[in-house]
Amino acid sequence: MTGSGLAWRGGGALAVLAVLAAFPLAVTNATVTTIGVDTLVFAAAAVAWNIFSGYSGYISLGHAVFFGAGAYTVGIAARAWQLAGGTVFVLLPLAGGVAAGLAVPLGLIALRVRRHTFVVITIAFFFIAQLTATNLSVTGGSSGILAPSPNWDAATFNDPFYYAALALLVATTAASWLIRGSRFGLQLRAIRDDEDRAAGLGVRPMPVKLAAFVVSAVVTGMAGGLWFYFIGQAIPQFAFDPLFDLSVVVMAFFGGLGTISGPLLGALVIEPAQQYLTLQYTNEYLSEILLGVLLAAVILGLPRGVIPTAADRIAAIRARRASRTADAGAAGRQPVAGARAQGAGR
Amino acid sequence: MGRQIYEAIADGILGGGVYALMAVGLTLIFGVLDIINIAQGILVVLGAYLSYVLSVHLHIDLFVGLLVTVPAMFVIGVAIQWLFIRPLRGRDRTSMSLLAAYAVALIIEGALYRIFGPNYVVLNAPYITSSVHLFGFYLPDIYLYGFALAVACVAALYLMLYRTRFGRSVRATMQDQTAARLIGIDVNRVAAVTFGIGVAVTAVGGMMFGATSGGFNPNSGYDLISRLLAIIILGGLGSIGGALAAAVFMTTAEALVDIWSPDWAVVVFYAALVLVLTIRPAGLFGRAPVRAQ
Repeated sequence: MTGSGLAWRGGGALAVLAVLAAFPLAVTNATVTTIGVDTLVFAAAAVAWNIFSGYSGYISLGHAVFFGAGAYTVGIAARAWQLAGGTVFVLLPLAGGVAAGLAVPLGLIALRVRRHTFVVITIAFFFIAQLTATNLSVTGGSSGILAPSPNWDAATFNDPFYYAALALLVATTAASWLIRGSRFGLQLRAIRDDEDRAAGLGVRPMPVKLAAFVVSAVVTGMAGGLWFYFIGQAIPQFAFDPLFDLSVVVMAFFGGLGTISGPLLGALVIEPAQQYLTLQYTNEYLSEILLGVLLAAVILGLPRGVIPTAADRIAAIRARRASRTADAGAAGRQPVAGARAQGAGR
Repeated sequence: MGRQIYEAIADGILGGGVYALMAVGLTLIFGVLDIINIAQGILVVLGAYLSYVLSVHLHIDLFVGLLVTVPAMFVIGVAIQWLFIRPLRGRDRTSMSLLAAYAVALIIEGALYRIFGPNYVVLNAPYITSSVHLFGFYLPDIYLYGFALAVACVAALYLMLYRTRFGRSVRATMQDQTAARLIGIDVNRVAAVTFGIGVAVTAVGGMMFGATSGGFNPNSGYDLISRLLAIIILGGLGSIGGALAAAVFMTTAEALVDIWSPDWAVVVFYAALVLVLTIRPAGLFGRAPVRAQ
């Protein structure tokens, strides 16, 4: 990567962060900031999902297990220890820890199989979790569990949730960026490209995959805990929601699977759009149809996602310019392949 | 107690026949197209609603109605394959096709909600409530008819696969798509027709599901697909015999656990799946996955 490229990216990231941080100061409409909190929670979950599924190529449709586990952890712990107000946020690392504790055995079982079978096992985990939450008494059965009520001012009610979600998102994105360039990230991507060959070259697939699975689960659990405190209630079919799985997948695919900014972009575009449409038409079935249409449109029309496609376009334009300035046409062809290889990875 | 166990086994085997039929459709689609049709669950529900419309509004008998719903579901299946599955190419085709099928499922589910609403509906016919006295048990007529129909359909599929020219090209495509193409098989046509057949069986499965489940709504698809997925993975992906055995095994196990804990009976499905896969990752009758080049 060139120095100016890095500077551009760093500047862009800071600009996005500044806009997100200033958002609740500029907009005080509670309906809009509620959508803001939702969006950031989903963005963190989508980036976390991508750290595992995007980098390793193992598509998980069971991350709602960790989301719901985080939600129930915060609910049960806050009830047991009589926590209320701001101290409930302290439980978020615990939510992440419980999700990690679940991810280790689930990963050890599921990561033995690949492709379709892996996807189906994650779906099976999802249903086991939902049924278990419905059947146990500690989770409150089908009526679920209530969150303690926050004790801060109603006028800025959403702000603490918003900044907690933003902090989680920033930390997750930083982790995603660090992992992608690290030895660990390279091993994950080698597994995605060809697991057997990666194993032949000295990567030990199981620990690598499991580590990514656990990292991803920790963030998803924390996002679930935060979401629970914000919504105020967890019942089995919403804490363990198949549409949650679908949503994070759509976000990651829309922006670009396996990229750093792709899932973020996907979440920032799709979640507000979906919330807005739901509010606008107040018909939940329509939003379901729209999510399906959107998913199909992304898969069929933009299978690689916005970020890689755009990166290719920009690289192609730059290469065309470069070849125009270069005298020999044949020499100017060379940068295209190089630029594309680099662009495809972003 | 002993009597309850015999009854549970009878229920499991009779109910397993219907699940076997739906699972065979799913595993056939997997074998030929190398995709998991995650929309199969909601397509079963769609089949049930088609039977519902025919019987409530046009007063057509449920079994006679199949003459309409089976071809209708076949056409829907071919259309889904043509529009959503066929255009997918490239390295991530596997996960893409799964998500495309999920998109189809969401669209159908949302459409069913808009048309029929969230209320549960039931299929009604005299043979659903009547039962026969057989070997000391009272067995509902619908289970016997449904089981017979499911067995007939599975036998017809078997004959089609092993005794016809088309069946031979389907099996060739399942074994090796490139080789099948090389010897002159129109793989695209085989894929479209197989998808159509795999979906057409959901018309029969849907009618039986609607008649025996005690009520269904558009949300019922999730429960169905999760069971069907558990069955075909347990049986070994792409193995038709495995799907049959796993279906009967799973429904029987569920019926047995149901005796002492109806709440946990459904969990048995997935627990059995997880248990088997920790021992045999390829499923009971599956072949070890060949490394893709």
